[in-house]
Amino acid sequence: MNEIILQVEDLRTSFFTRMGEVKAVDGISFYVRAGETFGIVGESGCGKSVTGLSILRLLPEPGGRIIGGKIILEGRNLMELNKKQMRAYRGKMISMILQDPMSSLNPVYQIGDQIAESVRLHQGLPENMVEPEVISALRLLRIPSPEMILKEYPFQLSGGMRQRVVGSVAMSCHPRLLIADEPTTALDATIQAQYIALFEDIQQKTNVAIIFITHDFGVVSRICDRVGVMYAGKIVETAPTREIFKAPRHPYTSALIHSVPSLDKKDDRLFSIEGQPPSMMNLPPGCRFCPRCTFSMDVCKEQEPPEIKLTEDHSVSCWRVK
Amino acid sequence: MQTTMVPNVEAKSKPRYTGISRRRRILKNLAMIIPAAVFILLILTAILAPWLAPYPYDKTSMTERRLPPAFVEGGSMKHFLGTDNLGRDVLSRVIYGARVSLSVSLMVIAITSGIGTALGITAGYLGGRTDAFIMRITDIALSFPGLLLAMLLAVSLGPGFFTVVLALSILGWSGYTRLIRGETLRIRNSDFVAQARIAGASPFRIMLRHIFPNILNPLIVVVTMAVGFMILAESGMSYLGIGIPPPMPSWGSMVADGRNDLDRAWWISMFPGILIGLVVMSGNFLGDWLRDKMDPRLRQL
Amino acid sequence: MPDVLLETRDLIKHYPVTRGFLQRTIGWVRAIDGVSFTIERGKTLSLVGESGAGKTTIAKAILLLEQLTSGSILFEGKDLYKFTNTQLRTEYKPKVQSVQQNPWSSMNPRMRVRDIVGEPLIVNTKLSKKEVYAKVAELLSKVGIASEGMVRYPHEFSGGQRQRIAVARALALNPNLVVLDEPVSALDVSIRAQIMNLLKDLQAEHNLSYLVIAHNLATVRYMSHSVAIMYLGQLVESGEAEALFERPLHPYTRALISASQLTLPEDSDQSSKQIILTGEMPSPVNPPPGCRFHTRCAEAQDTCAKEVPVMHVVGTQQVRCHNYD
Repeated sequence: MNEIILQVEDLRTSFFTRMGEVKAVDGISFYVRAGETFGIVGESGCGKSVTGLSILRLLPEPGGRIIGGKIILEGRNLMELNKKQMRAYRGKMISMILQDPMSSLNPVYQIGDQIAESVRLHQGLPENMVEPEVISALRLLRIPSPEMILKEYPFQLSGGMRQRVVGSVAMSCHPRLLIADEPTTALDATIQAQYIALFEDIQQKTNVAIIFITHDFGVVSRICDRVGVMYAGKIVETAPTREIFKAPRHPYTSALIHSVPSLDKKDDRLFSIEGQPPSMMNLPPGCRFCPRCTFSMDVCKEQEPPEIKLTEDHSVSCWRVK
Repeated sequence: MQTTMVPNVEAKSKPRYTGISRRRRILKNLAMIIPAAVFILLILTAILAPWLAPYPYDKTSMTERRLPPAFVEGGSMKHFLGTDNLGRDVLSRVIYGARVSLSVSLMVIAITSGIGTALGITAGYLGGRTDAFIMRITDIALSFPGLLLAMLLAVSLGPGFFTVVLALSILGWSGYTRLIRGETLRIRNSDFVAQARIAGASPFRIMLRHIFPNILNPLIVVVTMAVGFMILAESGMSYLGIGIPPPMPSWGSMVADGRNDLDRAWWISMFPGILIGLVVMSGNFLGDWLRDKMDPRLRQL
Repeated sequence: MPDVLLETRDLIKHYPVTRGFLQRTIGWVRAIDGVSFTIERGKTLSLVGESGAGKTTIAKAILLLEQLTSGSILFEGKDLYKFTNTQLRTEYKPKVQSVQQNPWSSMNPRMRVRDIVGEPLIVNTKLSKKEVYAKVAELLSKVGIASEGMVRYPHEFSGGQRQRIAVARALALNPNLVVLDEPVSALDVSIRAQIMNLLKDLQAEHNLSYLVIAHNLATVRYMSHSVAIMYLGQLVESGEAEALFERPLHPYTRALISASQLTLPEDSDQSSKQIILTGEMPSPVNPPPGCRFHTRCAEAQDTCAKEVPVMHVVGTQQVRCHNYD
């Protein structure tokens, strides 16, 4: 069993707005091992992107702040680092890939320069060793003719290729943890499949731990070893991928899985979850999913359910589970 | 077959992320409050001029010429801001001058923004030859020597209120056209415009109902800043003698009148001059504040 | 005999590529290159493909937002290009409406919902405002939006609710065909089911035909009666939905299905059958010679690079592939 690279304990992140405090992430805990991919699944507004940004401590200022919890990366609590130390960590120990490659890459700089910037910043290599390092980063992402790509600009590349370049920048300093926030959402299905296969390969080679944030179950099934399902700022269920699909225990997980049409057979009618996610400023007391839950009981309305460990790897936050 | 009744609409306003302290927020709003107050004061003064002014603007007095303002040695409360070279009360003239400046300014803005917007939307939406034609005319208007034209008009039509308005309007619309055309181009490619075309709406309806309401925001910003600029333009004309003829005071002509007395009766030019500057600055600040406020990422008006 | 509402024959749309000061045409973007299909009354045809395949171009052509280079569109048997402008406005446009992908930009942010949904009626009928609003209220209740919503603005609604309003607008003129361009891909997963169910219910109730543009195969399977798969401007496979998903014939179709499937790591038979294509879709300016897919096809043979394959009929499907010669 590989060592645990990242341990998040009771993370709380809020945004302070004129209208009140938005508790985007309200006490979540999970861990990721080396060489493992942990998926964070949820719909828009559930807090999954904020979680990724919190780990990197890159919340938009003013307004966003981590107000509690621990983020322990290889034994060090990131919350204890000052700005300078955190900057050294970013890019080197932890890296991030975002959804839109066009805004991740600076349109006026050549590809080679953008990757080199990251390399120079974190590895302190002598100048003549920078370019080979850049080329090896490009090769890791299987970019054809990397020497030619060095001189090109982002707009000259296709979407899939740009996303690979973004991947190269992220992997150029051999991080221990990679956070990928919806990296494949903007890609075509067949390109997406290529990209995911590529990352499985990279993970095998470099043993990097990956946090994969997405709403797409197809992608989850392919690349994630374990999954955390988020709803309204909390993780409602954590389990190995297979169990999330075959034996979900939380009503939300189950409802979500059933509302996605299957490719393997024709569904007669899709299950749809009534209502909408709650406003993050006026959270209901008790379980947050209760207003939309078909199984809610009285206790659900009053108290938030505790996290129950069903097995070593599978936990649920639900009153129905005993 | 029962379609689910969705619960009632929840008002969705995007929260603005501010961790800024209250003090800073108040300061930021001051950037709006002060200029807005200036404008409101200006409008009130213009409307209530006959009641506010202590003297008629054309009452001359040979004995009371070039009296200093009350707070300078030799002045008295009788003429709070002093008198000019013909013995007329500066304060009263400044108050009436507000009326002149404001009415010229508003009328010109109404005409120029109206023409400029209509032309800009038409050029932007219809494109092709119409666009090329309108933009060429706009280019000509923009590069035409406005001051020269103003002088020609003043000479041929005689100076007066309407001559000033005409002189400033005849070319002034061109500043709006380019901006509005740009905004129109941006909106024209929106999905909702495509939907209107699918619904069968005529180009006129689309320009009026879909494009125009969505260009209001930048238009309002420009108009706010134009008020100050128009007052300046009218003042310039009056200073040169081709604006509002005497005895009706305009801030510009008052500055001109005091030109020769700058050394001994500085107040004749100074006060109208300060006011021109104040109004122009207020217009600019207000316009800036509005532009920030109307960031498209926030909810619109 | 199938009741055909709309038929397209050999649609071709090429865009010129210009360069230089004098705008000389140096090439053509062959956005769609000979596409033919039929849409039956009351049924759904989905047009599937990745970006650059040409599906949006086809949608725009059918909605008369784009002019075709050549080819014909027959509506209820009559050739659209023989219609006069007035006929198009009165006999075609009201019957073919659209729902767009992005629920945020498809509505004028400055108009109230009742005016947005009522606009097709205001433009095309002589109903009074009161009558229009009455119809709007009826349409909104059909899509599950309470009547209090009528006076509100689009930004006060969520994405899913906005899409419902868009559907109400599309139904205002009692169309025969609704073109839906990725109607649910911008919505949250749990809302998609709501909207898809709504669309299916409305289809049954009003005998509507749908042309759905989509890239998500699972959505396609749920919604469609027939499917047409596009690659680089051409149809590579089409046919009855169930048959196509159970027995995909074209290598590209198989790759698409494989890319969209849920694959759990322990399902050993599934993971070995995973098809991952090499390379990317070539540019439509210079499509590969012969079969356009051959550059990425694992089953390509010599003929594939030389001859353009024709459409073969196999059961209820049609496939453009040399494997079936």
